[in-house]
Amino acid sequence: MSPAGWEAVIGLEVHCELLTATKLFCGCRNAFGDEPNTNVCPVCLGLPGSLPVLNERAVEFAMRIGTALNCEIRPSVFHRKNYFYPDMPKDYQISQYDEPINVDGWLELPDSTRVGIVRAHIEEDTGKTTHVGGGGRIHDAAHALVDYNRAGVPLVEIVSAPDIRSADQARLYAAELRAILVASGASDGRMEEGSMRVDANVSVRRYGSDEMGTRCEVKNLNSLRSLGRAIEHEIGRQVAVVESGGAVAQQTRHWDEAKGVTVALRSKEEAFDYRYFPEPDLVPLAPDRSFRQRAVAGMGPMPAERRRRLVALLAGEVSASGLDQVATVVELDLDGLVAAAIEAGIGPALALARTANEAAADAEGTRHLDPGAYVKWLRMENDGILSATQAKAVLAELLDRGGDPAEIAAAKGFEAMAEDSLVAVVGEVVTRSPAEWERYCQGDEKLAQFFIGQVMKATRGKASGKAVVAELKRLSAGA
Amino acid sequence: MTREDAAYVARLARIDLTADELDLYAGQLAAVLDHAAQVAAVDTSGVAPTAHPIPLSNVLRPDEPRGSLDRGEVLAQAPAVEDGRFRVPRIMGEAP
Repeated sequence: MSPAGWEAVIGLEVHCELLTATKLFCGCRNAFGDEPNTNVCPVCLGLPGSLPVLNERAVEFAMRIGTALNCEIRPSVFHRKNYFYPDMPKDYQISQYDEPINVDGWLELPDSTRVGIVRAHIEEDTGKTTHVGGGGRIHDAAHALVDYNRAGVPLVEIVSAPDIRSADQARLYAAELRAILVASGASDGRMEEGSMRVDANVSVRRYGSDEMGTRCEVKNLNSLRSLGRAIEHEIGRQVAVVESGGAVAQQTRHWDEAKGVTVALRSKEEAFDYRYFPEPDLVPLAPDRSFRQRAVAGMGPMPAERRRRLVALLAGEVSASGLDQVATVVELDLDGLVAAAIEAGIGPALALARTANEAAADAEGTRHLDPGAYVKWLRMENDGILSATQAKAVLAELLDRGGDPAEIAAAKGFEAMAEDSLVAVVGEVVTRSPAEWERYCQGDEKLAQFFIGQVMKATRGKASGKAVVAELKRLSAGA
Repeated sequence: MTREDAAYVARLARIDLTADELDLYAGQLAAVLDHAAQVAAVDTSGVAPTAHPIPLSNVLRPDEPRGSLDRGEVLAQAPAVEDGRFRVPRIMGEAP
C-alpha cells in the first residue's frame, strides 16, 4: 500500500534466459553451474576476426514469448550497445534497440487486470562478475573475477508499461510472467539461478495526478519477496523525500536484502551514452509466416486461459478461496491433474483443494506422478474409502516411493472396511450408547463425532468418517 | 563539432588525446558530419531504410553445441587469473 494520498507508478524490466542448448551467437553450451570459463570460444570472448551467427532456436523462443504476451512480431535489427565494463569482453553487448522483434502486447493478471508490454527484445547476457575483498561489496572490493560462461547466453528482455500501481501488483505481474515464460517453454523462470531477473522502475505522484514523478531504477531483486519488499521501501522513501520538501533524484538504486533498504550506487560521473549503432556483422531478422507458425507450434494455452478453463470445469463450485486455488494449481502446472480428476467424476471442490494444498506442497513430485494413480488416490477419499488424514498419508508415500494408491493404503492398514462389516460395527456402537443415539436421532448432529470416535476405536482407525456418517444417517432415517 | 564534443567522444572511446590532437580531430570529425548532413538533406520519404548493405535476412544456425576452447589455453592469454577466472582491477560502480 502506498502512503495515504500517494500513488506509485511502476514498470518492470524482466530479463529471462532462454532454454537453448547453445549461446545466442556461437555454439558454446548454454549451461548454468559449469566450471568457470569452460563454455567460451572466440565469438563470446570477443577475439578479433570472430563473427556472430544467430541461433535459430533463440529466435523461436523469442517469438513464443511475444505470442504468449499478445505482442506484434515484427522484422527486427540488432544493434551494438557500447560500454566499457569487464563483463563483456567485446566492449559491447549485442541487443535490439529501435526495432525489437516483439512490441505492443499485454499480460493479464489473475484478477483480470491487464498490464501493457512495451517490448520484448532479444539480446545476449553478460559474463558473471564476482567482487573479491571488501565483504563482496562493489565499492570496497579489491578486485573482481570474471567468468564468461554466461557471456552470450540468449536473453529476452520484457519491458512492461508503467501500469503497475503497488508492490503486490508487481509481485503478481512477475509471478504471472514467470508462469507464462515456463508455459511457453522458452525459459525455466528460475529467479534463484538468475535465469529470470527483475529490475523495477518506481516513481510516486499525488493521488489523482496524471504527471509522472522522477523515477528510480531498483536492481538486485533476486526473488518475488525481495521485489515486493524493495518496491514497498522505495515508494516510502520517495514519498518521504517529496513530503519533506525535497525532490527525488533520478538514479539507479541497489536493494540491500539484509538491511531492507535501497541504496544509491556511487553517482555516475555522466549518464551512460551507449552509442548504439546497427551491428554490421548481423543481417536483419524478418521471420515469415511459416517460421512464426513453426515457432509457436505445440505451445499450449497460457495460464490465464488455463485458469478460465478450470473455472469453467468447476461448474459454479468456486469460491474466492477456490479462485486462489485455481491460480495456484495453474502456476504449479497441476491444473491438468485437477481437470482429469473432475472429468473422472471426482468432486471438483475435493480435487481442487487436495491439489492446491497437499499435492502443491510437492508440485515437482506430483507432476511426475502417473495421472491415473493420482485420480485413483483422489477417488479413494472421494468415495469415503479413506479418511482425509489417511489420504494425506497415502499421498506422501505415493510421492515418496510411487506405486499403487490402493496397495499403499492396504499396506498401511487403511484398507477399506467392507461395507457390511462397517454396518455391523456402527450398529453395535449405536446399541451400546442408547442415550447418545436418542439425542442424535432428535437432531443433535454433534453426536456424530462421538459415534465416529467409537467406530474408529472399534476399528482401530480403519473406518472412513464419511462412511460412518452416511450409515448413521441411514440408520436414523429408519429409526 | 566543438573541441568539447571531440573530447567527449574520445572519453567514451577511452582514447587519450592531447590538446593539439583534439583540435585536429574536431576539425576532421566536423568534415565527416558535414558530409553526412549533405546525405541527410536528400529527400528519402518513400525510400525504405537500408538495415544492412547486403540484401540478406534471417541468417541463422541450428541450436547445436560446438566445441569450446580449452580453458587453460584461454586463461593463458589473460594478464591475471584467479580460480579459473579472469582477474580484473577493482571496478567502480555497477555494470551499466
